[in-house]
Amino acid sequence: MTAVAADVAAVATLRMADDCLVLSHRLAQWSSRAPSLEDDVALTNIALDELGQARALYARTAELDGTGRSEDDYAFLRDEREFVNCLLVEQENGDFATTIVRQLLFTTYQHAQWSKLLASPDEQVAAIAAKAVKEASYHRDHAAHWTVRLGDGTEESHRRMETALQALWPFTGELFERDDVTDGLVVMGVAVDPERLRAGWDPFVDGVLAEATLARPETTWAPAGGRRGLHTECFGYMLAEMQHLHRSYPGVAW
Amino acid sequence: MTTVDAVRRLAAGVPDTELPVLTIEDLGILRDVHADGAGRIVVDLTPTYSGCPAVEAIREDVERTLRSGGFEDVTVRMVMSPAWTTDWMTETGRQKLREHGVAPPRERAPGVRPLQLAIVCPRCGSARTDEVSHFGSTQCQAIRRCLDCRETFPHFKEH
Repeated sequence: MTAVAADVAAVATLRMADDCLVLSHRLAQWSSRAPSLEDDVALTNIALDELGQARALYARTAELDGTGRSEDDYAFLRDEREFVNCLLVEQENGDFATTIVRQLLFTTYQHAQWSKLLASPDEQVAAIAAKAVKEASYHRDHAAHWTVRLGDGTEESHRRMETALQALWPFTGELFERDDVTDGLVVMGVAVDPERLRAGWDPFVDGVLAEATLARPETTWAPAGGRRGLHTECFGYMLAEMQHLHRSYPGVAW
Repeated sequence: MTTVDAVRRLAAGVPDTELPVLTIEDLGILRDVHADGAGRIVVDLTPTYSGCPAVEAIREDVERTLRSGGFEDVTVRMVMSPAWTTDWMTETGRQKLREHGVAPPRERAPGVRPLQLAIVCPRCGSARTDEVSHFGSTQCQAIRRCLDCRETFPHFKEH
């Protein structure tokens, strides 16, 4: 890979790494608060998988961008504008229905992405994908199962799922956004063509929503900007909490 | 015994930190051992799940065990590819899990989709069990219950 190509590839792995880290942190916020012990364990298990994927992707990013930064440098020493995760994963947990809808919409995307990256010419990315795709299929199943149970559940659970779906749906547009980075990387085979991702995402999400008796929302507006470091208000608060200890006590260990 | 055999024998006995009834050899994560003749030893391990917190501890345990066995220059590498699967767990490992009250992962023939064989209760042997939660006390385990003896038990998931 040429230096320029590696720089661009590093943007792609950084985007994926930030998605994983931010979602991991949001899910970890459920620890000790989930509606049942089983789901407390489930959400934190998923958080741990996402964190592991983030670590592997940051390590690969550091090789590609040539900075040799550590995982901690990426996670704790960058400011909000340097994070390139999508807006969907940073949205607040809300009630359990909101978290489940966010999980369904995002993990379906992530599963499709890892499946395609199994064939990446970047051997390290392909190796990370081989492990992550199995984990992602558990995460997607977990979200699909709960979507059906809550959507096709009581009047109250259905209402909450509908509200969550309306609130989060606009953020799905950004997942399939094209820009110079994706266009360049698709040619190199390092990133996945957003059109091909959508072709896997749409039928799965539609199938789950239909079984859950939930209507697919109309797309009215599609906020974006996460991939360029422009985030929603809630993200700054999350980052401040996540980074506080490391920044206030550099090198702290326990 | 060659150096590689001696190192492998020592490393093979290191227990898994989360399921110490298993050694890393039983689990199938001890991938390879290299010795260069000049005393440098490299041990290749493979992680089970991406974020498995036991990995760091196992790495340190392997290094410590080999040092106390007289091997000074030891490097432990994490090799991701090909990805670990539960098919690499040894028969001894599966038997140990059963005795420990954990239903072992079911075996799969290479390239064949897993048959939906029953997951058997490790306490009473009943095949009538169902899943309580796909996620358990560690990333690799699910929680099931036995419909006959009514006990819950962990199942080491096929992965």
